[in-house]
Amino acid sequence: MNRYLVQKLGFALLTVTALVVVLPILFLIGVIVVRGLGAISWEFLTAMPRNGMKEGGILPAIVGTVLLTLGTALAAIPVGVGGAIYLSEYARDTWLTRAIRLAIINLAGIPSVVYGLFGLGLFVLFLHLGTSIVAGSLTLAIMTLPTIISAAEEALRAVPTEFRTVSASLGGTRWQGIRHIVLPQALPGIITGIILGLLRAAGETAPILFTVAAFYLPRLPRSPLDETMALPYHLYVISTQVPGMPLDVQYGTALVLLVLVLSLNVVATMIRGYFRRRRQW
Amino acid sequence: MESPPAPKIRFEHVTYRYGDKVALRDVSLAIPARAITAVFGPAGGGKSTLLRLINRLNDLIEGVEMSGRVLLDGQDIYASGVDVAALRRRVGMVFALPLPLPGTVRQNVLYGPKLAGVRDPVRLDEILIRSLTQAALWEEVKDRLDDPAVALSGGQQQRLCIARSLALEPEVLLLDEPTSGLDPISTGKVEASLQELKKDYTIVIVPHSVQQAARVADYAAFFLMGELVEHRTGNEIFTTPRDQRTEDYVTGRFG
Repeated sequence: MNRYLVQKLGFALLTVTALVVVLPILFLIGVIVVRGLGAISWEFLTAMPRNGMKEGGILPAIVGTVLLTLGTALAAIPVGVGGAIYLSEYARDTWLTRAIRLAIINLAGIPSVVYGLFGLGLFVLFLHLGTSIVAGSLTLAIMTLPTIISAAEEALRAVPTEFRTVSASLGGTRWQGIRHIVLPQALPGIITGIILGLLRAAGETAPILFTVAAFYLPRLPRSPLDETMALPYHLYVISTQVPGMPLDVQYGTALVLLVLVLSLNVVATMIRGYFRRRRQW
Repeated sequence: MESPPAPKIRFEHVTYRYGDKVALRDVSLAIPARAITAVFGPAGGGKSTLLRLINRLNDLIEGVEMSGRVLLDGQDIYASGVDVAALRRRVGMVFALPLPLPGTVRQNVLYGPKLAGVRDPVRLDEILIRSLTQAALWEEVKDRLDDPAVALSGGQQQRLCIARSLALEPEVLLLDEPTSGLDPISTGKVEASLQELKKDYTIVIVPHSVQQAARVADYAAFFLMGELVEHRTGNEIFTTPRDQRTEDYVTGRFG
């Protein structure tokens, strides 16, 4: 066979595989947008659900997901970034740090429902936090930690060693070098990791199933120790647990969740781009 | 031979190992104050190691072993309780490649003083102008102080790095092949500024060639495979070396 023909066939095949990756995503987004857009209205976004969730809005679920994501950020960012700084800047290569790294890799591979059960055991029952926003956020935070730590550590390691040496040679302590040079340079990568982790947290159902999510609670949470509705769980409930649910409400809820998550993604990309342009090395 | 000025830095029987590799072998050396001492020799002779022992930059490396003492003004800088950050403010360093920190020209020069706690804007401006002037860079950058440091040419960047060290008013300036990445004109400017600086500072330089050593050195120390072979005034070592190995090296028979 002609070798140019082989090359053309090869290219065609690779193009098809690339399309195979993209098409399902486009199809999925397309269907949700087309079928869900009809349900979106001011009332849908700002009202309490009524009539067994078949009417009214999904405000408590939106607020719940936003609160859970914020709570997750509050708990996961300090611990995750702190851990990454320790691993990248301070830890020597000992059996302990190797064990920590191994643990992080394994944490990333644990199914989310296991996190949910773990959160139920530790936060809800043992620490008596009850099914609450705090318990749910902490559970999601633990699930998010591996993503944040790995991304942040990688971003910190990507900062040239020379900057640390120069900072030290100018009378800077190790922490001063990290604080003034290394962290600012690693920030875009760290922020990207944080947002990727939070994206996952915002969309998860299993970890919040036993720790925070309310089946039907047509009011806003009053305290961090309150239960709340949340978009992913709400979507699960109205899709499988409530007979006679109008389809457009289901697709509308999916659309809201999708937009929320995708807009977080866009914010991440913008922040990364902004810092990249400002980077000077 | 005129009597050398009082030593600023003194190495006493220093042996230094990276794991199994001996970088310095029983080195004793007195480096005079307010003069340029060139530490030269073929690669792998321990020159950079020697330099980095004076500001304890080798502390950042793991798996090293040291014996002997390094004294600055008679004080053992490896004694327990020595404030390493304070030591590094007294002993500035310029690296082989210009390594500007992220940020502007101004931020680069004032990085050290700000970390050391200088806040007064008037004082900071004084430091900025003085350091850049001493490094023979002020005229070229006085209108570009808030430009990114990486926008300067390579030669300007290296003088910026010198200015950055001088901003801390150190007593000693260590230069590790500071002109290896520079063109001849920039090299000339750096060497000229060193001649000015030696009036106030003790300068230890690893030159990037024997020619440069001969041009700038008041005193020169020849290192070969971790051993100090010969240490005399620049004039003597380059015109009438005593050791055969030094002679072979400075006349270009090896290296």
